[in-house]
Amino acid sequence: MDYQLNHLKELESESIFILREVASQFENPVLMFSGGKDSILMVYLAQKAFYPGKIPFPLLHIDTGHNFDETIAYRDALVKKTGARLIVGSVQEAIDKGMVVEEKGVNASRNGLQTVALLEALEKGKYDAALGGARRDEEKARAKERFFSHRDEFGQWDPKNQRPELWNLFNAKKQYGEHFRVFPISNWTELDVWQYLAMEKVELPSLYYAHKRDVFERDGVLLADCDFIQKKPGEVVKNMMVRCRTIGDMTCTGVWPSNATTTEDIIEEVATTRMTERGGRTDDKRSETAMEDRKKKGYF
Amino acid sequence: MDYQSSELCRFTTAGSVDDGKSTLIGRMLYDSKSIFQDQMEQIEASSLRRGESEVNLALLTDGLKSEREQGITIDVAYRYFATPKRKFIIADTPGHIQYTRNMVTGASTANVALVLVDARNGVVEQTRRHAIIASLLQIPHLVVCINKMDLVDYSEDVYEGIKEDFEKFAAKLDVKDVHFIPISALKGDNVVHRSEKMDWYDGSTLMYYLENVHIASDYNFIDPRFPVQYVVRPNTDEHHDYRGYAGRVAGGIMKKGDDIIVLPSGFTSKIKKIDSFDGELEEAFPPMSVTVLLEDNIDISRGDMIVRVNNQPEVTQDMDIMISWFNERPLISNGKYTIMHTTQEARCMIKDIKYRLDINTLHRDLENKEIKMNDIGRVTLRITKPLFVDAYRKNRITGSVILVDEGTNETVGAGMII
Repeated sequence: MDYQLNHLKELESESIFILREVASQFENPVLMFSGGKDSILMVYLAQKAFYPGKIPFPLLHIDTGHNFDETIAYRDALVKKTGARLIVGSVQEAIDKGMVVEEKGVNASRNGLQTVALLEALEKGKYDAALGGARRDEEKARAKERFFSHRDEFGQWDPKNQRPELWNLFNAKKQYGEHFRVFPISNWTELDVWQYLAMEKVELPSLYYAHKRDVFERDGVLLADCDFIQKKPGEVVKNMMVRCRTIGDMTCTGVWPSNATTTEDIIEEVATTRMTERGGRTDDKRSETAMEDRKKKGYF
Repeated sequence: MDYQSSELCRFTTAGSVDDGKSTLIGRMLYDSKSIFQDQMEQIEASSLRRGESEVNLALLTDGLKSEREQGITIDVAYRYFATPKRKFIIADTPGHIQYTRNMVTGASTANVALVLVDARNGVVEQTRRHAIIASLLQIPHLVVCINKMDLVDYSEDVYEGIKEDFEKFAAKLDVKDVHFIPISALKGDNVVHRSEKMDWYDGSTLMYYLENVHIASDYNFIDPRFPVQYVVRPNTDEHHDYRGYAGRVAGGIMKKGDDIIVLPSGFTSKIKKIDSFDGELEEAFPPMSVTVLLEDNIDISRGDMIVRVNNQPEVTQDMDIMISWFNERPLISNGKYTIMHTTQEARCMIKDIKYRLDINTLHRDLENKEIKMNDIGRVTLRITKPLFVDAYRKNRITGSVILVDEGTNETVGAGMII
């Protein structure tokens, strides 16, 4: 017998350890569920962590109102299958209440507004830990994120004042009113996620596999044609075989030309691709430090 | 599918500000084709803006805005790349004198430490400090990369001289496996590809070393230790009497049928079942996360430890540790702190400061014993309840603790049990 785990099983074990730490060290955690593959992976790992018990915390979905239909259908089926409790926070509601003002113009996106709806939902639920599916390989500001990321009473992230994390000892102590963001899959890369989902035969929303869709090009990124995006003059809709590499709000999720129809095809594609997955996210393209700036304000 | 047999290897990099550490990491990412086109375009544009003639690979690893402005790395950043054999996690830590705490943090989970030496300067104070920290943190493998060989005409004599110096000094350290490689991170010599300029060197490239160094026995597989992390009690009709103890194996190999004792209660039982979502397991070993069920119904909760009857850790309220201090407020003699160890938590008091270690010379300072930020020293603790511990040398998981300030909740120190 060889006492060595492969890298996917070792990552799995690390994530399960973190999820169990969260259930033990916090009173009222919540798992932020976006409908993307990373949060699907998180729910799957949480099932493993507490098996045969149910996941001991609810899922929180911040609904921008601009979702792909497939995301909502998948979410509802997953909730039914796992028996987890679902809480929905609404960006539309935040707009209606006048808490935020919708962006105008052709590049309008509700992505930034999610932060307000998220902080509102966290406050309302009195959650002391919000589990997120962010990974350190995604973006340079995330490379320095901790597993247990301390947020002050305004939900803000201070990159210079983070707690050192050593061995597998996680300090979740906080003052009243403060909370933590916890990122159990910090050490996974995009390729790890796909390899793991293939190894474990996890079913994913159809959006991740190549399908025919009406799309148009903007700033070098293909966007799905839908009612939520105003097209500029000269932007032409084409029907193409595409798939999503990340799934977010329709207004900022780029799709990619692809013929990958199985998870194995996707692994092949990801292993040889020359662009990072967030290269298709128009929200990151706004400036070189777009992610860092949003994170400080309390973005995922 | 060959990715299912790929292993995970964690390494840490340390070097002074100008040793070319960021360039080395950039080089490894670049030559192993782990850099994406859009990342490359971004750093090309940044290099141009900064008026640099060549693409600055160091920019790949400089994460935060303030760092890029100052041109130094100020925190631990994690990088990832994979080859067909292994997936690598790099804990990239700054070498600046102020940041011992980051180096200690990055070193705590590493299999391999890369220490960079500038071939023009040889072994300097910072080289010694990095090696001492790697030794204190018991990183199993140490690689000394003698960098900037292009600036010393790829001279074998220079390389041999530095190697000899380092070996003389390393004899005083507790490192088992030291390896030397002459490289040029800037030009790519002996990083991923073999150098054509150093035919006198017949060892492996850095990448070959990282892909092949034996890391399978870096965990302790001898002394079974299972800190209980969470109790699984589904209370459903299907699993009415299910009571499982969830945790991550911290040492040894646990098998169904093993005679165990639970600490601190001292109750004995047998392992009835090792359970997981994927089905029952015959055995479990570090670092697996599993759920253990026992033959007898004993009261067990988080913080308890399941061990073998004939192989138990030390149960103690008094211990000596080497402490690395992280906080601007110095360690307070007779001060009280929260102590975290495996899944246990207690309070402790600093009974005595034995000495402060000069991390450049290993000299034990018995006179000036104040332990300030970035200092390392030996202290004696008294703890409010017994902990179940092993020496850090024997087990990095059951031999480590952190101290937390009771007022600010900050993690102020990390300790290795002696």
